[in-house]
Amino acid sequence: MESTYLAIVLSPLAAALIAGLFGRRIGRAGAHSVTILGVAVSCALSAAVLWRQVVDGAPADNVSVYTWLVTDGVRMEIGFLVDRLSALMMVVVTFVSLMVHVYSIGYMHDDAGYQRFFSYISLFTFSMLMLVMSNNLLQLFFGWEAVGVVSYLLIGFWYTRPSAIFANLKAFLVNRIGDFGFLLGIAALLYLTGSLDYREVFAAAPGLQDATIDVGSWQWPALSMACILLFIGAMGKSAQVPLHVWLPDSMEGPTPISALIHAATMVTAGVFMVARMSPVFEYAEAALSFVLVIGAITALFTGLIALVQFDIKRVVAYSTLSQLGYMMVAQGASAYAAGMFHLTTHAFFKALLFLAAGSVIIALHHEQDMRRMGGLRKYMPVTYWTSLVGCLALIGFPGFAGFFSKDALIEAEDLSRIAGAGFAEFCIVAGVFITALYTFRMFFLVFHGPERMDAEARSHLHESPWVVTLPLVLLAIPSVIVGWFATGPLVFGDFFGDSLYVRPEHDVLARLGEEWHGPMSFLVHGFQSPVLYLALGGAAVAWFLYLRQPHLPDQLRDRFGAVYRLLENKYYADWLAERVIPAAGRAMGGAFWRVGDVTLIDGGLVNGSARVVGWGAALIRRLQTGYLYHYAFAMVIGLALLAGWLLIRPGGS
Amino acid sequence: MITLGHYLTLSALLFVIAIAGIFLNRKNVILLLMCVELLLLAVNFNFIAFSRYLDDPTGQVFVFFILTVAAAEAAIGLAILVVLFRARRSINVQELDVLKG
Amino acid sequence: MLPTEFAPAFPETVLGLGICLVLLVDLYLPARWRDVTYLLALVTLAATAMAVSDIGLSGTTLALGGSFVADPLASFLKLFVLAALATVFVYSRAYLQDSTYNKGEYYLLGLFAALGILVMISGASLLTLYLGLEMQALALYAMVAFNRDSPVAAEAAMKYFVLGAIASGCLLYGISLLYGVTGTVQLAEIAQALRAGGADDAVTLVAVAFVVVGIAFKFGAVPFHMWVPDVYEGAPVSVTLLVGTVPKVGAFALALRVLVEGLGETGVTWEPMLGVLAVLSLGIGNIVAIVQTNLRRMLAYSTIAHVGFILLGFAAGSREGIEAALFYTIVYVIMAAGAFGIVILLGRQGDDADELDDLRGLSQRSPWFALVMLLLMVSMIGVPPLAGFYAKWWVLAALLDAGQLWLAIAGVLFSVVGAFYYLRVVKLMYFDSPAGEAPLRQGAALRLTLSVNGLLVLALGVFPEGLIELCARALG
Repeated sequence: MESTYLAIVLSPLAAALIAGLFGRRIGRAGAHSVTILGVAVSCALSAAVLWRQVVDGAPADNVSVYTWLVTDGVRMEIGFLVDRLSALMMVVVTFVSLMVHVYSIGYMHDDAGYQRFFSYISLFTFSMLMLVMSNNLLQLFFGWEAVGVVSYLLIGFWYTRPSAIFANLKAFLVNRIGDFGFLLGIAALLYLTGSLDYREVFAAAPGLQDATIDVGSWQWPALSMACILLFIGAMGKSAQVPLHVWLPDSMEGPTPISALIHAATMVTAGVFMVARMSPVFEYAEAALSFVLVIGAITALFTGLIALVQFDIKRVVAYSTLSQLGYMMVAQGASAYAAGMFHLTTHAFFKALLFLAAGSVIIALHHEQDMRRMGGLRKYMPVTYWTSLVGCLALIGFPGFAGFFSKDALIEAEDLSRIAGAGFAEFCIVAGVFITALYTFRMFFLVFHGPERMDAEARSHLHESPWVVTLPLVLLAIPSVIVGWFATGPLVFGDFFGDSLYVRPEHDVLARLGEEWHGPMSFLVHGFQSPVLYLALGGAAVAWFLYLRQPHLPDQLRDRFGAVYRLLENKYYADWLAERVIPAAGRAMGGAFWRVGDVTLIDGGLVNGSARVVGWGAALIRRLQTGYLYHYAFAMVIGLALLAGWLLIRPGGS
Repeated sequence: MITLGHYLTLSALLFVIAIAGIFLNRKNVILLLMCVELLLLAVNFNFIAFSRYLDDPTGQVFVFFILTVAAAEAAIGLAILVVLFRARRSINVQELDVLKG
Repeated sequence: MLPTEFAPAFPETVLGLGICLVLLVDLYLPARWRDVTYLLALVTLAATAMAVSDIGLSGTTLALGGSFVADPLASFLKLFVLAALATVFVYSRAYLQDSTYNKGEYYLLGLFAALGILVMISGASLLTLYLGLEMQALALYAMVAFNRDSPVAAEAAMKYFVLGAIASGCLLYGISLLYGVTGTVQLAEIAQALRAGGADDAVTLVAVAFVVVGIAFKFGAVPFHMWVPDVYEGAPVSVTLLVGTVPKVGAFALALRVLVEGLGETGVTWEPMLGVLAVLSLGIGNIVAIVQTNLRRMLAYSTIAHVGFILLGFAAGSREGIEAALFYTIVYVIMAAGAFGIVILLGRQGDDADELDDLRGLSQRSPWFALVMLLLMVSMIGVPPLAGFYAKWWVLAALLDAGQLWLAIAGVLFSVVGAFYYLRVVKLMYFDSPAGEAPLRQGAALRLTLSVNGLLVLALGVFPEGLIELCARALG
């Protein structure tokens, strides 16, 4: 099987290299043919691997391909752990990637960087596969960084736009914070278990349940600390509050990228990582609670922001944040299977929604403001119906994929007894209403109501070409049906087998599974729970506000101005980062800092810290005066300090 | 009676004067070269004093080498000074501030 | 053949004779035959390398009354210095041919500096070390002022000279105190005397502080770094290339011989000192590099930051730390040589092309060399699987093993800051439109060497075991 795994990983890489290095020679058609071929091969083989794992019941495969080096008994190697969990991820990644490749032929049609674009997305597919197929923490980290790098490249794809460059930098710096935590987490696990290999780390985890680590004079439960550090990495990559600020800005990249990286695959890497590390997280209660609470906050509060956005891509982006929160909540409640299932269904319907949004955007010649859309139903029937499917799946309408995954997740949460579960349940149930409200707000504003675009744009309106609509249809199909046959085995059955580990006392899904009698009865049960009516209520309110009484939202905004502004400014998260960092700089630098620098509201964390560094650099730079006697003086001071330290150090003579 | 301590103190004083001369002088580059020489002489003083005190010739051998190096150093220093003057028409230390930051 | 007493110094003898030959030949050659000097210099280096490999990587021999040592470390470092200098000469020839001062003295002074470094590497007494150090330093002072018509070069040379004189004065003062305390200048005997007592003596400790100043200056560690940016920017590019690479190996040898072999007993004193200098260097180097617009000046601050890492290895106070510092030094020299090679490659007649803006759109002018530069920059950040990653990783591992958690954290934090300015170079090369359409016109020798140089960074990252083993064996 080793050669199959290598082929899965290497064919997108080879395609990326060909398209990237010889892009000019092989031309546009050559570039997209070769990359689509590469990813298609990868997708077909992944499907075969999944088939082999699930239907033929093959055991989990752990192969080591290349040993980079061995030092102090720690092996650093490249290897693949292919079990049902990674096989499922491989299929999701390659399938969505394939759809996005095809779609991009249409979407990127007029772009000068056509070949470069295809090279990047194939490269991304390669990195993501390395991440999910890894059998050790080091390779996981490399894949983690590699998808990050491609993501930055793609956010800044239109590098002539200043906003794209800024978003790029922001994503980079915010992810550095997360990655720092992640790296420390890996180091902590290495320190505790002496190995980077999953199997050995997992085997050592139960014995470390009560181990502690000394930080300064405090004792911390070692495993929880390691897991929380790992999760900080996941917070960066999966955009959990408060490291979520980069994801909405990342929408500066081309829309297919938003669908591929910033909705379906890369941002779910954090969720996947927690599931992969479940044998460790299970023994770290505090870390699970942490995951739960952060996930719940993300789920509810980013959903609220989506209510006031007018950029269609930003609505979908905030919706993605909110759904990532749901997945994290499931992981925190030890319902890993439910989280992974929601990840899978979400990959399909969110990619669908993004691509549909992209279809609308090209039809309107790169107009993204929903206030200049409306009534598109009759112009774009395919986009309309597929979007409807996506929206229904997103709000969890009975029968659609999102219904099964989200309901299972909420029911599981209801049974969880871990600290913070009550708060989390409130957040995600309230989130259901919010989700329905913003989803249908978007749907009605775009496809129904009066046509608000200008006459020029209207005259050019038509349905997108088949390369755009085909992926929409192909993604719509699983968004409808996947729940019907997959819920049973995936969530309540033993689909994941040994690849996920849940301690018996945490196993909420097993208890839930006792009441599982097939999808039909689950559906009926769904009709009895208030969750469904919250969702329908949300959709109804959206209908009332945006179709029936379109003047009401404005009145509401005037009435609840403070709340509206709070949401519109994203809880002032950017603003806070903007202010807190300079405040630290002020404390450090005193009078040099210009007081009350509030003009750059949209600068974010990035601007703040970049400016502190820049200011520090400018100050230190001034010490390099150019005068010889100052240089000599610095040396004398250095000498005096070294000699003086001898006298004052403890135990000095 | 002049002890080792006296010699060492004198040498330390010379050393400090030399270094102070380098960063206090803001006018003439030639003064810098003289301070550098003084620095080396202070060290020589140390070596000779120790050599005598320990009754060991190594220190004196070291001094000969230092003297040789000091001569070479002075030659290079003066050569750079000439180049500097040719290129800038000035040997003012305060004007040597084009390279900075 | 030389008498056995001089056998360990055979490579230095060959090099010295070679220098005399080059000097004589160059004197009688017309300017248009300058390449003969260049080739002779390379032949001299090769002959010296053969003499070194004759001694080989095994056994330790003391010579010249115990003040000169030939051991595996010396052979390893000497071979590396000679190879690095040959690379520097290849790059420099391309630069000098375009300049108005294509003189044989460049190669001559370069060889003198190499001789000084070789003597330093083999120094077993403070006297030998001092003489090697001065020989190297005097040659470098002269080289910086080599372009006699350049006011900035003269200014840089003057600063370098005066500060260097202060540093060697401090070093000498420390040496004189050590001589007074132990009654000898031989490192082995000093170590022995300190083991017998007196390691905690106030005079000894003050001497250590003075010696540390001298070493820190050679490395260019904060706050003894002030000369680095000015010299890097002011000197001719080919000289910056030399100053920025080979002497760092000499500084490493100096630190190792004096601090570890001679003053190992006072480790508790100098390890924290180097730790503080290292953190300062990492901080100031990485932060100030961000605001530079001149590529050479940026590389100068980047050097200061890298030196911080090398010193961190020493500060770990373990054998592993010193091995890591050696590995880091080697990798640093390779990376720095490549980066300056790119500067020379970009140069046009009479224009140094050393502003960051000159790198704009390099990926369109020359995709291959943009890739080489990308490898170098990414390796300097410390991204796997490039050599720079492994160098940083090893130093950090040594620190953690030695329980120096805070130093390791500082190392990681400042590396993150440092990633920013390296990535800016990458951004300029790949995302900006070219500054000029002029094709690169340097010759095949430069292109080939530069390519090998860049690929070496990749190769050493993917297969680091060989070099790791060499480093361990050299210090074994």
